[in-house]
Amino acid sequence: MRQPRAAAGSRSLIARLGLRERIRDRDQAVYGILIIVAVLFPMVTIYATDGTALVSQATRAGYFVLLAIGLNVVVGFAGLLDLGYAAFFAIGAYTYALLASPQLASSPAHHAVHLPFWLMLFVAMFVAAAAGAILGFPTLRLRGDYLAIVTLGFGEIVPQLFYNFDQWTGGINAVGIIDQPVLPAWIQGPWSGDGPIQIVRSFNFGGDPVAFYVLICILIAAAVILVSNLYRSRLGRAWMAIREDEVAAAAMGINTVTTKLLAFGIGASFSGFAGAYYAADVSLVSPDSFLFIVSITVLVMVVLGGMGNISGVIIGALVLYYVVYYLIPGLPENVKNLANSIGLSSETTHGLADATQHLNYIIYGAILVAMMLLRPQGLLPSRIREQELKHAAVQEEEAAVEMEHAT
Amino acid sequence: MSLPDFGFYVLCATAMVLLAAQAVIHPTEFVQVFIFGLTQGSIYALVALGYTMVYGIIELINFAHGDVFTLGAYIGSAILSFFAISEGGFNTVNLIALLLVFPAVMLIMGGINVAIERVAYRPLRNAPRLAPLITAIGMSFFLEGVMFLWHGPATVHFPDILPKAATTIAGVFFGFKDVFVVAVAAILVALLAIFINRTKLGKAMRATAQDRDAAQLMGIDINRTIAATFFIGALLAGAGGMIWGLYYNTVYYQLGFRSGLIAFTAAVFGGIGNIPGAAIGGLVIGLIAAFSDSYIGSKWTQVVVFGILIGVLVFRPTGLLGMRVPEK
Repeated sequence: MRQPRAAAGSRSLIARLGLRERIRDRDQAVYGILIIVAVLFPMVTIYATDGTALVSQATRAGYFVLLAIGLNVVVGFAGLLDLGYAAFFAIGAYTYALLASPQLASSPAHHAVHLPFWLMLFVAMFVAAAAGAILGFPTLRLRGDYLAIVTLGFGEIVPQLFYNFDQWTGGINAVGIIDQPVLPAWIQGPWSGDGPIQIVRSFNFGGDPVAFYVLICILIAAAVILVSNLYRSRLGRAWMAIREDEVAAAAMGINTVTTKLLAFGIGASFSGFAGAYYAADVSLVSPDSFLFIVSITVLVMVVLGGMGNISGVIIGALVLYYVVYYLIPGLPENVKNLANSIGLSSETTHGLADATQHLNYIIYGAILVAMMLLRPQGLLPSRIREQELKHAAVQEEEAAVEMEHAT
Repeated sequence: MSLPDFGFYVLCATAMVLLAAQAVIHPTEFVQVFIFGLTQGSIYALVALGYTMVYGIIELINFAHGDVFTLGAYIGSAILSFFAISEGGFNTVNLIALLLVFPAVMLIMGGINVAIERVAYRPLRNAPRLAPLITAIGMSFFLEGVMFLWHGPATVHFPDILPKAATTIAGVFFGFKDVFVVAVAAILVALLAIFINRTKLGKAMRATAQDRDAAQLMGIDINRTIAATFFIGALLAGAGGMIWGLYYNTVYYQLGFRSGLIAFTAAVFGGIGNIPGAAIGGLVIGLIAAFSDSYIGSKWTQVVVFGILIGVLVFRPTGLLGMRVPEK
């Protein structure tokens, strides 16, 4: 297929090369814009709003980005549908929350444990990965959809377990007063001591939103580099082979169970990682924060952004976060202001705001349906997939033309 | 016998022995719980059939189905309340109202579900596989939003119009409602079985589920057949919603989420895509939930139900009645 095209003429070759470069640039352009926005965001918002509320919002968007990057490994790369991703998030969060808060003092263990955050990031990661492996080992032999159902069941069980074992986890009362990350004293920098540049005033994060913002940006950058390298590795190619055709991949000598297990475990480890960070940031972990809706939201972020494409997934996560947690909750207020500005009476505007509040679910549902109908392949689809789709479309067109000629 | 099969049988046998022990020690309580589980399970069975039929024909986990079920209860409640049906007793007016409203709600839900299919699933028939799943979730939010807009977050009262007749046999309480729920569910499932196995459209559905392209080559209108599947699934879900309302007399907008997940579990339990399997799976899940509620504690029921779901899939991936299917 490739040979005759290349020989067809130098012009088409150049055109193809140009296209490739453009596509490659797209990813780099997205990353570049993201980095610039990430650097400027706290400065601009703090200057403009004279507060750090928006930075906290951005931080919260950050752990959804982390979750989406992790789920993308499972769903986008390996093609395994995971409907219980929030369970691993919960496991990571509770791992940190229990081992770095006064909670265990009031449990049958009678001793509070306070382990450092930086260690716990990795512990939470491994605990979540282990949970993923334990769940995945017996179930990954199943066909794709059954795996989705098993993960759905797992996602329902885990928060319920944290809720039920209230002696240990506090159940509905949640785990509170979780330790803040502390930069070790031997890491010297502008943040240490009473120096002139106090980006972070002390070693302790102490609920400083800017510090958490910087940390999540570093974590996301590390995750992106890690996952991009995985994507280009032998393992990444094995994942894609399995995604496209499992039987053929097995015939090519790929150990499908191990490969899928690795995807599942690595995906889960990102979730655990994000969970530990979440626990430190919010400082309050309750079983209600990890329900099915979280798994679904992250899955929608991945599909909406463009499965398998890391930059697309990040954009998808940011866009959906903005819609779900900012645009829709803020809508009643905006509608009210708009109605006020066009001169409606305050009673009407109040009623309008109320009505909009009640419309939240409908708007969210309609947005999901509309987005999928308009762009079923996602906002920024993986370029390999895009080419496959185009290729298929071209073939279909050619076939149609041939048919016309024949008749 | 392979090891997973062995483990499966050991688990089943253990559960059976524990239940039998309960039956011997407290027979009255056991039978009472059994009856409750049966009524609950009948409703799950009706909802599970819709999940299994849709999955069987287009391999979509139709997340909106549980909300179609709840919307059925909402609409039934609205119509019955609109006609100001007298509650608390049973008379001819109530009987006529029931005979009219019950099929009406079923038909309305059928129409709504066909519309949902037309808008949210049909345009994505050749799209990436996850796209229709996301629109299904979107439709689920949308329907919940409609119910939220309609009545707010509070529970909604459903008119109590069934006879309160009840009898006690050997200490076990039998209400008319219990008999009604099980009987209606049984009749509907029997009608569905006849429809699927005896009619031309039923045959078209089975053919489409087996191989869509081949069915199309045989002259079957695929779009019409899939729409019919959604229609029939929603008929049953609407009936389930009506029965739920008549039995419990209260509904709320998020009811469909939890019961939808449980009904879906029932469909998987019976082997997804398998119609008698879904009916039996619904009954079994209803019984398991009822036994778990009264013997283990209701806060563990969710863990038990979904734990069993995982166990079934690990030990017996094709469900209780499912056949082994080769991978496509």
